[in-house]
Amino acid sequence: MKIGVFVCHCGSNIEGTVDTAAVAAAAREFPGVAFATDTMYTCSEPGQEEIVNAIKEHQLDGVVVASCTPRMHEQTFRRTVERAGLNRYLFEMANIREHVSWIGKDREANTNKATELVRMAASKLLHNRPLLSKQFDINKRVLIIGGGVAGIQAALDCAEGGLEVILVEKTTTIGGKMAKLDKTFPTVDCSCCILGPRMVDVAQHPNITLYAYSEIEEVSGYVGNFEVKVKKKATYVDWDKCTGCGICMTKCPSKKATDFFNEGIGKTTAINIPFPQAIPKKAKIDANFCMKLQKGKCGICAKVCPSGCIDFTQQDEFVTEKVGAIVAATGFDLFDWTVYGEYGGGRYPDVITSLQYERMLSASGPTGGHIKRPSDGKEPKNVVFIQCVGSRDKSVGRPYCTGFCCMYTAKQAILTKDHLPEAQTYVFYMDIRATGKNYDEFTRRAMEEYNAKYIRGRVSMIYPKGDSLLVRGADTLMGTQVEVDADLVVLAVGADSSAGAAGLAEKLRISYDSYGFYMEGHPKLKPVETNTAGVYLAGCCQGPKDIPSSVAQGSAAASKVLGLFSKDKLASDPQVSVVDIKRCIGCGKCIKTCPFGAIKEIDFRGMKKAEVIETVCQGCGICTSTCPQGAAQLQHFTDNQILSEVNALCQF
Amino acid sequence: MSVSLTYAYYPGCSSTGTSIEYDMSSRAICAALDITLTDVPNWSCCGSTPAHTVDHTLSSALSARNLCQVASMGLTAAVTPCPSCLSNLKTAQHRMKNDSFREKVSKLLDKPADITVETKSVLQILVEDYGIEKIKAKVTKPLTGLIVAAYYGCIMNRPAEIMNFDDREHPMAMDNIMTALGATVVPFPLKVECCGASFGIPRKDVVMRLSGKLLDTAKEMGAMALVTACPLCQMNLDMRQEQINSANGSKHHMPIFYFTQLMGLAFGLSEKELGIDKLCVNPRSVINALGMEGDSKEKSQ
Ligand SMILES: Cc1cc2nc3c(=O)[nH]c(=O)nc-3n(C[C@H](O)[C@H](O)[C@H](O)COP(=O)(O)OP(=O)(O)OC[C@H]3O[C@@H](n4cnc5c(N)ncnc54)[C@H](O)[C@@H]3O)c2cc1C
Ligand code: SF4
Ligand code: SF4
Repeated sequence: MKIGVFVCHCGSNIEGTVDTAAVAAAAREFPGVAFATDTMYTCSEPGQEEIVNAIKEHQLDGVVVASCTPRMHEQTFRRTVERAGLNRYLFEMANIREHVSWIGKDREANTNKATELVRMAASKLLHNRPLLSKQFDINKRVLIIGGGVAGIQAALDCAEGGLEVILVEKTTTIGGKMAKLDKTFPTVDCSCCILGPRMVDVAQHPNITLYAYSEIEEVSGYVGNFEVKVKKKATYVDWDKCTGCGICMTKCPSKKATDFFNEGIGKTTAINIPFPQAIPKKAKIDANFCMKLQKGKCGICAKVCPSGCIDFTQQDEFVTEKVGAIVAATGFDLFDWTVYGEYGGGRYPDVITSLQYERMLSASGPTGGHIKRPSDGKEPKNVVFIQCVGSRDKSVGRPYCTGFCCMYTAKQAILTKDHLPEAQTYVFYMDIRATGKNYDEFTRRAMEEYNAKYIRGRVSMIYPKGDSLLVRGADTLMGTQVEVDADLVVLAVGADSSAGAAGLAEKLRISYDSYGFYMEGHPKLKPVETNTAGVYLAGCCQGPKDIPSSVAQGSAAASKVLGLFSKDKLASDPQVSVVDIKRCIGCGKCIKTCPFGAIKEIDFRGMKKAEVIETVCQGCGICTSTCPQGAAQLQHFTDNQILSEVNALCQF
Repeated sequence: MSVSLTYAYYPGCSSTGTSIEYDMSSRAICAALDITLTDVPNWSCCGSTPAHTVDHTLSSALSARNLCQVASMGLTAAVTPCPSCLSNLKTAQHRMKNDSFREKVSKLLDKPADITVETKSVLQILVEDYGIEKIKAKVTKPLTGLIVAAYYGCIMNRPAEIMNFDDREHPMAMDNIMTALGATVVPFPLKVECCGASFGIPRKDVVMRLSGKLLDTAKEMGAMALVTACPLCQMNLDMRQEQINSANGSKHHMPIFYFTQLMGLAFGLSEKELGIDKLCVNPRSVINALGMEGDSKEKSQ
């Protein structure tokens, strides 16, 4: 084999601490290397041309590029060698940037390490074999998990694009947080008026199947051919019959059920439809509060329901759906602010969350759009807003900025003044982050036209004084302490990843950060992709963001799915395990250890053997280390290939 | 029965003077509860606020010396009634987790600084090591009818990473003890507020304002008395109560107990042992209201 080695400067990224010319010179002495050079930017057009030309000129039949991480450019260079007529697997990459130049300053040591990494790559390449992908069919249906505004957008865009869409929503209605909001910044338009029609579109679109009050139980398969088990949780109401008339709600005697939709402002009935515009508009019984389910007595709803839909014996149901792509759009949840003892830790009824305030402002909310103190129902005069509660605060393990709280606080200050012209609002803030289009103008309006008093500083303590609350904080611009007599305190609570986010990520085999937000494929270049082919992200599940950005991501994810499905067949990854039938003794150990169920038992002339199902294998390599015979070999990472790397490294 | 608890006891300087009644009552209730306190031999001042505002290493060396004394007793846990002493001991221990800092301290001590001793407050051992239920069992004269506000001061629980005791914003240790004694505890919102502390000397007006607010709020909440766990808090609220009244135009007459004194009363110990007579604001009417007529000798005084 004749190998060509290209050592990249990456501008000064690598050359700054690695003598790339010396690495190339050393490489010329390695077995099989017929050509070696250093180049400024290997990934640039001239850089790639240099590779193509060298392959032709020196009749190379394998190439090593020593540059950045394979995650960045492996595909790029595989295509380059392919253009010059080589098989894409006769290419190896040595990562001398992330693994060398960026992490060490000693030029000599770095140069030595880079040389060794190139030696390993070249030795492995000597053992590489051409590999060819196979084509397989794809199922052009898409699963969208989470029916917030991001999931709704993705669902509608995919459905409009002609795809069959399965939308799975955890609660009994789609809409997510946006359905709970009163108005939206920076235009102060009614949230339900802009979201409502889109929710109706979801319900009516012939291409969309909606599973509400459902969750993902299990995901198997791979891009183009996923199989998903959906759990339809028991609602004790036959939704095929339920017309959403709401008569049951008026008669249910259990009126103290937790009102999740209204964020606990007020109570609801055990059987309920969360809000008038709910999609689907179907009733569900909260088993924890239902007298019939708890004590066996009552059953009034069953008597009054004109459609006869109540079924106290209903069980969870499972359905299996086959799809070719998945979009996760599971949104966020509010941080549990009760860890803040200084704000009362939940002991003071008149300290509420921003989302509770939204429900209070909403005309269809539990107070009919009247701002009332939870403690005594009085209208507040002084309303204090505290920003960054559970955001930008390392002491509670949330160093990140939620990004939208500054904006919704300004909105809520404006709305407060609209509802109660006599009220005075105060906003304690750290900085104002209003970077969107028309955003800064909006916060200015809150201050200048709506007379919100903005105080830069943190609140150190809230405590009851008479029947109001004393809010004490610092005014860091004035360098003084301030105390405000507040009737109502609204906490701009930051965003956490949604409950159960990590569990779902594991089912989907995607990564998440230490806070539970899903990791995008690349922070700049692959914002809605994940590292698992065929799984995409939209909205706050990837990180907190406002409605415009969530919607943009919903559309972006949909366009990725439509792009993927624009092909009729996909090429399989040949880097999978293969069982050498001659060596296999049929012990079946690999079948047991494979986490993806990718190995099956076959009968070969009366003998038991193992066989890998190519399309299911994820290339994890577990079977190769399980097999006592060395029969299972992961292509492109065979024992011989790996041992040659080890030998190259440990030759002295 | 479990083995009885034994601690090295570090009284701190106030215990020999302004807060002698805290010391007396702490010893008395520990004896009543079968908790053994052995005085640290030849202990020295922790340096209090002045030391650590001047030099961290020297200040830590003062505490490190006392910790070495504890280690030399063969005991692993030290207890002090005073949160300020405790704060200095714990801060020194925290700083000495840094090797180079510990070396500097060891040099000053002429011997390796100890890093094994565990330090706690009297309040902390009572709730964490002894237990509220057992305290409740010892009550012979419940404080039924007594309405108190529990005031912890600002350093008993903070900084949380160093003090590592109860909730930094909403501690309940003393509240729970008082409830166990049969008293009624009001939800006192200023539990961990500052009383003005050592500003009593350079800026008396600060103490008048801050401690005044504590008294006003306690009264507003309907408390008959305040319970404290800190010599400086107690002194500002008790000894300076008249000054506060004249500075603020208030008319407080609010007894300021150490929590240990009330425990002693509930255990049926004598007022004498508990140093009740050392309090500046006369608690007589409050104690009498409990149906405890006080020590016969005192009554005749
Ligand atoms: C108080 C407040 C006010 C705000 N005001 C504004 C504003 O005025 N303007 C603005 O632009 N933005 C505003 N925002 C931000 C806005 O709420 C978000 O940008 C938006 O809701 C994000 O949409 P999403 O679809 O990503 O997530 P979500 O709205 O959280 O929706 C996620 C959906 O997924 C579902 N789900 C979660 N987990 C699962 C699962 N495992 N399986 C199935 N379904 C699941 C949830 O039930 C939910 O329906 C505000 C936020 C708050 C807290
Ligand atoms: S572990 Fe190896 S030998 Fe055993 S069945 Fe699998 S491939 Fe065959
Ligand atoms: S490499 Fe082996 S264990 Fe891993 S997925 Fe493929 S067949 Fe299963």
